Amino acid sequence: MNAVETFRLTQRYGRTVALDDCKLAIPAGRVVALVGPNGAGKTTLLELAIGLRRPTAGRIEVLGADPGVRRDRVGFVDQHAALYPTLTIRELLRLGEHLNTRWDATVAWGRIEALGLPPQRRFGTLSGGQQSQVALALALSKRPDLLLLDEPLARLDPLARHDFLAALLSAVAEQEISVLFSSHNLAELERACDYLVVLRDGAVQLAGDVDDLVAHHELLTGPPERSGEVGAHTVVSRAGTAAQEHLLIRTRTPRPEPPPGWQRRPVTLDELVLAYLRSDAAARPGPQALVTR
Amino acid sequence: MELDKDGVSQVRFVLDPGSGVPTYLQLVHQVEQAMRLGVLRDGDRLPRIKDVVEALAINPNTVQKAYRELTSRGIVTGQQGIGTFVHGSLPVVGLAGQAALRRRLVTWVRAARDAGLDHGGISALVASVLHEESAAAPAAPAATGRREGQGAA
Repeated sequence: MNAVETFRLTQRYGRTVALDDCKLAIPAGRVVALVGPNGAGKTTLLELAIGLRRPTAGRIEVLGADPGVRRDRVGFVDQHAALYPTLTIRELLRLGEHLNTRWDATVAWGRIEALGLPPQRRFGTLSGGQQSQVALALALSKRPDLLLLDEPLARLDPLARHDFLAALLSAVAEQEISVLFSSHNLAELERACDYLVVLRDGAVQLAGDVDDLVAHHELLTGPPERSGEVGAHTVVSRAGTAAQEHLLIRTRTPRPEPPPGWQRRPVTLDELVLAYLRSDAAARPGPQALVTR
Repeated sequence: MELDKDGVSQVRFVLDPGSGVPTYLQLVHQVEQAMRLGVLRDGDRLPRIKDVVEALAINPNTVQKAYRELTSRGIVTGQQGIGTFVHGSLPVVGLAGQAALRRRLVTWVRAARDAGLDHGGISALVASVLHEESAAAPAAPAATGRREGQGAA
């Protein structure tokens, strides 16, 4: 079963197209980074997944059903960790217990205790990092199968970011949770995710297992006059000067030797994402093209 | 050395974000390094996956992948529900062997300089060859793992 799957999903706001005929299948059990520039459609996709919006056209399935059907198994944290500021932590936990069928009070209190926060503190008086941690604790106490996180690190300082990711990932290590995690900053997610979805202009530009993606791309550098001999690879991006050219290519197996005078090295995830964000639509591999498992 | 909740001596992993080496390989190398230095010995336990994840804020699959790689190299064994343990020992490249390799490398570096390569060019060439070699022959087993004693905890 896929954690999230979309079928020709389209969302328009007036004349603005936020998601354009979007086709995507995210397998369950992964920690997925949803990256793309501002306005790429990340938040729209997450809002459609939790059922906050109805799509203009097409369909989205969450845990194999329409959004909302499995609401008790889906947790959501947005970048504002939007919870009632005047309620105390104890009151928020009581609220969570009444609103959720699968609530685990032991998990909830265990996490609050681990954070060292007094239960009588009002949510609005906590720091940004503490608010995000409490929101995560509440979302995990639902014992979700899927966690949707919209830019949860955006407001946090580096230490709070590390603590948030550590709490999230150790929960993933203990339970079977799929995580879909949006960010416009890949660097902060690079070690946390094992699956990558790159959105641009409302469409999927690249999607796949992180290790597969990195293994199937290379950076070639050499004199431009021989770049025609690179062979039957897909060139994702091309940059350089009259003397030296850099090609980021999608490799095939077996990989032919690069032309004389050319060198190759592995790509970083950052280079890969930048290349696909810059490349024109023709180089799109399609959502499934690189998924070999 | 660190003590975990179970009172077992452990390695503590650190990551080098700028190295360009994949995270799981950094973990693999650090276990091998600890074995070569004698910090980790036969029968020692590796940190639990959850503890590594929590300390480094990395994906659990990355740690699993590192432990799988170490298992396939024959230098650790996983025991369901108990943990992952060092199994066997790594051959230590003797000081004489290291010195010989180093002498040949110095000769090669001088030849590369004479041929007109600068520091960056030499690094790029070495990185490129390492990349090609690792792609051609991934993870050659380098362990002298014992085959007997699988059940010993």
